Amino acid sequence: MRRFTWFNATSLTFGFAFLYMPMVILIIYSFNASKLVTVWAGFSTKWYGELLSNQAFLDAAWVTLRVGVASSTLATVLGTMAAYVLVRAGRFHGRTLFSGMIYAPLVMPEVITGLSLLLLFIGIGLDRGIFTIILAHTTFSMCYVSVVVSSRLVSFDKSLEEAALDLGCSPFTAFRLVTLPIIAPAVVSGWLLAFTLSLDDLVIASFTAGPSATTLPIKIFSAVRLGVSPEINALSTIMISIVAVGVISASIISKRAAIKQQQEEMAAVRSS
Amino acid sequence: MAQTVFAPWNDPQAKPLIQFKNVTKRFGDFTAIDNLSQDIYEREFFALLGPSGCGKTTMMRMLAGFENPTEGQILIAGQDMAGVPPNERAVNMMFQSYALFPHLTVWDNIAFGLKRMNMPKDQLNARVEDMLRLTRLTKFAKRKPHQISGGQRQRVALARSLARAPKLLLLDEPLGALDKKLREETQFELMDIQEKTGTTFVIVTHDQEEAMTVASRVAVMDEGRIMQVATPANIYEEPNSVYVADFIGDVNIIQGKAHKTSADGYDIAWAEGHEPFHAKTSIQLDEGQNAFIAIRPEKISVSPDKPEGAVNAIKGQIVDIAYLGNVSTYHVRIPGGLVIKAQAANTRRLSRRAFTWEDEVWLSWTLTGGSVLSE
Amino acid sequence: MRRLFLISVPYVWLLALFLVPFLIVLKIALSDTALAIPPYIPTLDLSDGWEGIKAFFAELDFENFVFLTEDSLYWKSYLSSLQIAAISTLLTLLVGYPVAYGMAMAPDEWRPTLMMLVILPFWTSFLIRVYSWMGILSQEGFLNQFLLWTGLISEPLMILNTKTAVYIGIVYTYLPFMILPIYAALEKLDGSLLEAAEDLGCSRLKAFWLVTIPLSKSGIIAGSFLVFIPALGEFVIPSLLGGSGTLMIGKVLWEEFFSNRDWPVASAVAVVLLLLLIIPIILFQRNEQKEREKDQ
Repeated sequence: MRRFTWFNATSLTFGFAFLYMPMVILIIYSFNASKLVTVWAGFSTKWYGELLSNQAFLDAAWVTLRVGVASSTLATVLGTMAAYVLVRAGRFHGRTLFSGMIYAPLVMPEVITGLSLLLLFIGIGLDRGIFTIILAHTTFSMCYVSVVVSSRLVSFDKSLEEAALDLGCSPFTAFRLVTLPIIAPAVVSGWLLAFTLSLDDLVIASFTAGPSATTLPIKIFSAVRLGVSPEINALSTIMISIVAVGVISASIISKRAAIKQQQEEMAAVRSS
Repeated sequence: MAQTVFAPWNDPQAKPLIQFKNVTKRFGDFTAIDNLSQDIYEREFFALLGPSGCGKTTMMRMLAGFENPTEGQILIAGQDMAGVPPNERAVNMMFQSYALFPHLTVWDNIAFGLKRMNMPKDQLNARVEDMLRLTRLTKFAKRKPHQISGGQRQRVALARSLARAPKLLLLDEPLGALDKKLREETQFELMDIQEKTGTTFVIVTHDQEEAMTVASRVAVMDEGRIMQVATPANIYEEPNSVYVADFIGDVNIIQGKAHKTSADGYDIAWAEGHEPFHAKTSIQLDEGQNAFIAIRPEKISVSPDKPEGAVNAIKGQIVDIAYLGNVSTYHVRIPGGLVIKAQAANTRRLSRRAFTWEDEVWLSWTLTGGSVLSE
Repeated sequence: MRRLFLISVPYVWLLALFLVPFLIVLKIALSDTALAIPPYIPTLDLSDGWEGIKAFFAELDFENFVFLTEDSLYWKSYLSSLQIAAISTLLTLLVGYPVAYGMAMAPDEWRPTLMMLVILPFWTSFLIRVYSWMGILSQEGFLNQFLLWTGLISEPLMILNTKTAVYIGIVYTYLPFMILPIYAALEKLDGSLLEAAEDLGCSRLKAFWLVTIPLSKSGIIAGSFLVFIPALGEFVIPSLLGGSGTLMIGKVLWEEFFSNRDWPVASAVAVVLLLLLIIPIILFQRNEQKEREKDQ
C-alpha cells in the first residue's frame, strides 16, 4: 500500500515551485513596461515588438532553425542506422569501438567536443559557417537519436521482421514496410530530441560557428553576459511557450492514443 | 465410407515432400539438432512434440529458412534448400506470437504476402476475401490487430500464412496463447482447414494433447533427436521407450528382469518373492535383461477381491484418490513400496463409491495391457 | 553488401568527426604555441614524407602538461571543479530525492502529469533556464527584495557571481536528471515490503531507512553520476552565475582558447579534464551494467 503523506505533498510542492518559479518570473517580467527588469512598471508588450524588429536576432533565429532542421534530419538518418547496427548487426570487427563512439559523446563535455571539432575544421581547411555547425550538431545528436531508437529496437518483436521475410519481402523491403512504420514514434522523438539539442546548443556552436553564422544561443549568451535584459525575457518567453505547447500537446496526444488503444483492446476481448 | 487410410509413410512408392538428411545444427558449443533424418509427406499434418529446448523450433526455423543446417541437407520437393532465403521459399510460417503487423488492418495483413507476388489486383482481392471467409474473419477485415480478440488474431495469422498457398505451412505453437476451451475448438478448425486446403502442415508444440488431436503423425523429440515417429494411437499404445511412454499421457513404469516364456511372451520379475508380471510383446529381449513394463492407468482395473482368471493381479492399499469427475485415479501402494496409478470410470454416484482411503484392493491387467520396453 | 553499407556510413562519420578530432586535440596538446595561425607548431606536413613525420614526432612533448602543473590556476580550477561538482551533486540529491519519493507515492492518475512536469524543463533551453536565475539572484533581484521585505536581512546579499549561485544553477538545471532515475527505482518498489518491515517491528522512519533507501540505491547512484559528470565540465553556469573567483575547468578551457588563443594549453586542459572524467564514467557504466543484469 502506498501512502501519500503531507511530507510527500510538501516536497512535491516545493520541488515543482523550485523548478517552475524562475521561468514564471521570467515570463511575467517579459511583459514589464520598465527597462529595469526587477521593478514592475505596468503591463506592456513593447519588448516583444522590439525583439521582432531586431534584425540581428531574427537573422540568428533563421540560422538556428536551418541548422536545427538540417542537423536533426541528418542525425536521425545516421542515428537510426547506427541503432540498427548496434541492435541487429551482430558481431563485426570494431564493434566495441563503434558502440564506444556512440556512447562517448553523451558524456563528453561540450567544451571538448567543440574544441576538437574546431581543430579538425581548421586542420582540413574548412571555412567555418552554417555548414560546420550542421556537421558538429549532427555528430553529437546522432548519438542521442541512436540511443532512443535502439531502446525501441531492443523491445521490437523480431518475429515481425521474420514474418515479413517469410511472406516474401527482401530484408530492405521488410525494414521499409514493417520495421520503420512500427519504430516511427521513436524515430520521431529522436528527431525532436536532436532538434531541441541543436536549438539549445551554445558551446559547440560557439566553437564551430564562423563570423558569417551566429546562432540564437550565441546571440543570447553575448547579450545576457552583460546582465538581464527585457528583450531576452521576451525571447525566452516565446521559446518556453513553444516548447511547453509542444510537450504538453504531445503528451496529451500520446495519452489519448494509449487510452483509445486500451478501450479497443477491451472491446475486442468483450466481443469475442 | 470406403476410404483408403491416409498413410503415405507406409507406401514405399510415395515421394516425401520434405527430407531431412543427416541434419545437424549447432549454436556455438550447443547441439540443437543431432544428426537427424526424417521424411514428411505431402498433405500430412506432422507434429513435432517435445519439451522446450528439444530442438523442435530449430527444425521448424530451418524449414522456414531462418537458420541453416551446420551439416546435412534439407530437401523440399526434391530441391536442396541450402542458401535459399526465407522470402524465396514456398514455405510459410505461423508465428507463436502471431507476428501480426500492428500498423496494418486485418485485410492488409492477409494481403501482405500476396502483394509481394505482384498478383493482379482483382485476383488479389478475391484471394484475400477467400481467406477471410475460410477463417470467418470477413466482419473484421477493416480492424487493426489490437482491435480483435486473441482467437481472431490467431485466425488472421493463419489466413495470412495460407494466403500465398504455400506447399508447406509451419505452425509454431499455434494455440499456445489461447485459453483451454478456445484451444480445443481451434484444434478442430485447424484440422478442417488443413483438409480443405490440402496443404502440408508441420506443427511445433509442447502440448501432447494438441499433437495427438491434430496430427496424422507425431514425432516425439528429446535433446535434438527424434525418439519416435508414429500415428497418435501408436505413440500412445505402443511407445518404443520409457521416455516416450512417460512423455505422452500418464503411465506406470515397472522395472524388472525379462524371462522368455514363449515366442512373444515374457515374464518380468519385478520384486523378490512376488509373482512376475506376464506380458506379450513383439520386441526381442535377452534372458535376464533389464526391462520395463509401461501400463496406462486406464488399463488397470481395481476390484475388492482377486479377479478370477486375471493374468496379472496384485494386492495393494489405496493411499490417494484423485476425483476428476468422469473418472477417479486411485494411487495404490503395492508390496515393495511402489505406488501404481489406476483409473476407473465413475459410473456410480459419489455416495455409493466402492473404495476409499486405506482400502485393500486388487489391481489387475491383461497380457497386452502393458507395453514391454527395453530402454 | 547492404550490411557493410549500413555499418560503414555511421562508422565512418563517427571516425571522421569524433575520433579523429579527438586525436587532433591530443596531438596539439603535445605541441608548442606559435603566433602564426594556426597558433601551434609543429604542423604535420606530409609533403616532406617520412622526414616530415619524424620531425613532427620529435617536436611533440609534454611541456603543456608540465605547464598545467606549474601554474596554480590550472590545478586550482581542477580541484575547484571537482569540489563544485561534488557539492552540487549532493545538494541535487537532497532536493531531488524527496521530490522523486513524493512522485512515487502519488496516486496513479497524477503520475503522468508529474512525470511531464519533470521532463518539460529538460526540453526548454538550458541557457534560458540558467539566465532566469540572474534576475533572481542579483543584488536588486527578487530573492534579495523578498528577504529584505520579510526583514530577515537588512543589507542585500551578494549571491550572484559567487559559488553559491553556481550551486543553485547546477541544482536547478540538473534536477530532472536526479529525479528521473530515483523515481524509476522507487516506482518499482513493492509497497508490501514496507508493510512487512513495519509488521516486523520497524517504525516508519526506520523502515524507510532500512528498506526504501537501500532499494533505491541504484537510482541514487545513476542520478548522482548523471549530475556529477556534466557538472564537472560545465561552462554556461559558471560563466553566467559565477564570478571571476569561481574557477571551473570548462570556463578556463574556453578562456584559454578564445581569449588567450593558446591552443596547445587549451587542448592539454581538455585532455586532463577527460582523464578526470574517465573514473566516474567507468563507475557509472558498472552501475548500469549491474542493473541490467539484475533485470534479466
